[in-house]
Amino acid sequence: MVNPGVWIASLIDGLLLGFVYGLAAMGLTLIWGVMRVINLAHGPIIALGMFGVYLLFAYAGVHPYLGLFAVALLGLLVGILIYEVAVHRVLNAPHLSTLLATFSVNMMIIGTGTALFTTTPRNIDISLGRLTFGPVVLLGTRMLAALAAVLIAAGLYLFLYRTIPGKMVRAVASHRAAAELMGIPSARVLAFSFGLGTMLAAVAGGLIATFFPFTILSGGAYELKSFVICVLGGLGNPTGALLGGLILGALEGLIPIVLPVSWVPVIEFLLFVLLLLLRPQGLLGER
Amino acid sequence: MRWMKWGGILVVLAMLAACAAPAPPAPTATPAGPAQPAAQPSPTPAASPTPAVKKIILGFTASQTGKLTKESKEQVQGLQLWLDDLQRAGGIRLPDGTVIQVELKFYDDESTKERVQQLYVKLINEDKADFLISPYSSGLADAAAVIAEQYGKIMITIGAASDSTYEKGYRHIFQIYTPASRYLTGAIDFLKKMDPNARRIAIVYENEKFSTDVVNAAKPYAESQGFEVVLFEGYETGTTDFGPFINKIMAAKPDAIIGGGHFQDGSTLAKQLFEKKVPVKMIALLVAPAVPEFAQLGDAAVGVIGPSQWEPGAKYSPDSAKAAGLPWYGPTVDQFVSAYKAKYGYEPGYHAAGGYAAGLVLQKAIEDAGSIETEKVKAALEKMDLMTFYGRIKFDTGKAHGKQIGHEMVYLQWQKDASGNLIRPIVWPEAAQAAKPIYPLSR
Repeated sequence: MVNPGVWIASLIDGLLLGFVYGLAAMGLTLIWGVMRVINLAHGPIIALGMFGVYLLFAYAGVHPYLGLFAVALLGLLVGILIYEVAVHRVLNAPHLSTLLATFSVNMMIIGTGTALFTTTPRNIDISLGRLTFGPVVLLGTRMLAALAAVLIAAGLYLFLYRTIPGKMVRAVASHRAAAELMGIPSARVLAFSFGLGTMLAAVAGGLIATFFPFTILSGGAYELKSFVICVLGGLGNPTGALLGGLILGALEGLIPIVLPVSWVPVIEFLLFVLLLLLRPQGLLGER
Repeated sequence: MRWMKWGGILVVLAMLAACAAPAPPAPTATPAGPAQPAAQPSPTPAASPTPAVKKIILGFTASQTGKLTKESKEQVQGLQLWLDDLQRAGGIRLPDGTVIQVELKFYDDESTKERVQQLYVKLINEDKADFLISPYSSGLADAAAVIAEQYGKIMITIGAASDSTYEKGYRHIFQIYTPASRYLTGAIDFLKKMDPNARRIAIVYENEKFSTDVVNAAKPYAESQGFEVVLFEGYETGTTDFGPFINKIMAAKPDAIIGGGHFQDGSTLAKQLFEKKVPVKMIALLVAPAVPEFAQLGDAAVGVIGPSQWEPGAKYSPDSAKAAGLPWYGPTVDQFVSAYKAKYGYEPGYHAAGGYAAGLVLQKAIEDAGSIETEKVKAALEKMDLMTFYGRIKFDTGKAHGKQIGHEMVYLQWQKDASGNLIRPIVWPEAAQAAKPIYPLSR
């Protein structure tokens, strides 16, 4: 009854989106991995990335893909600022304190954003054409977003494993006190890592903005997806986040073929609970 | 406390009895349009010496605070404009020469049902309102209807599309808006008229009360018109990715897609249908196409059809009324639009038009009844079948008493004008058509 073309088209759609989900989740998982902080401002940062690209495009005429570089830099700086102002002081306090601190940041961004931009949905109207192979229609914007996500993930991997600052980040992540004894400036490394995490979130937001409409509240949905993805891939594991993103994307693509679309979140979160029960360290997690 | 309410009713009834003029209802004269002040002589008809003047109070609540302020404000402005026109014309003239002056009385309901119910009791008991107008929105109007019915007061509802209020057996509530159940039936008529070969319809809608009400009525209607509903499925509020969903629509190979929900999801769906070049001949969506920001979609907006209660470009006129065999009443569309613009500085939307129409309908009913007695005015409303700038007005008198059965939605379609700007002329019904429809969509 359902022809195979639909399965292939839906799977490819889902996977392309999955790369971007994975990128956003990498930001969340990186911050957790390095400093054991769950960044509840993750969603609003994604939304800020969307608005960054939008505002540059709509008011300064900057092409969205060029705007992404500016958004990446701003994401890094905003992250460092958030870390210095809200996170650093409570880093060694119980988890509840960092949760509350990042949640406050979340509320401030949403409040300010609502006041400035209202919650009227915005659109970035660009088209990069489409490729059609039988039932499969590939949109240029989605392919480019997936490609960008892969490149950024590869760049992050190279950074963490092949550069001195990257090694510092991993050192601080594995044992902060020991890293400090080796002369690593942990406070700066932590601030930078937080910035890196928000940068990933902002860039993912910027990419999403090129194909979905958004409001300042749109980050929430991706934040939830990021949590599921992080648990799928193993919290603190960037490669796992990318894999988790692909799995989630594929599920979102394929489930609606056999079930009403409303069932997608039910199955996603069922999976989330099952994973927490059966393999809490995630698919790629070690422990 | 109950005895106080009943006491209040007795007082009101006594007053009404005292007011009611025992004039035999003479045949109605040609109704005078209220928006033509120049053509209207001052209220000193040469024939009758000193006409009796009576004052009636028209009560309602407005949402001056809370979430419904914008729509409510428009509605009240429309009603206010009607009153201005009426006062310039000298009031409502009954066949026996009596002149009725209308006074508006309203309070802020804070957009809440609780306040609405308290305030309508107050309007009836303390302010002695003779007739009532509903607050904006289905929910608030439903809350007010309970009170109006308990006290046996006529209430004209505006901004209240939900069907359920009129299916509760009320006898005094009269609806101006086309009910939700008919929001998309016109799109189905349009499709049938444009393309006798179209057979397959996909209905996709937001999983939420209003949209579900609309499609639950549209589906059987489509089937009764010989269409096959090949997909009938809801999506969650806030959906942004319709990708996998669109693959499913494509597999069903529909001729037309109808449904949608509100602005955000509707515009996203339209955009993604365009990006994927989904090969359908017609797309009709709720709410989103009627919002000006829909133009942000650019080319993706072109060809998309949306229902609206009324548009400034509506082509209702004394001529179209004559063609339909109906009497015309009140100002023309142009008169209403320019008077509204002159008073408030911008073009009216359907909320404002509904407000004006509510006043107009009541005015006509009082004229026809030749009385301000509730039962006589009610009978006039039940008999009413006429055409106004807002469209046709006729009420159900059967099981769903008071439900609007005459007024049709208009369907606008986003098109590009000669210089490439996006415009949204009315394309359906034919009587109101302002531009040739785009059909089929070129995708």
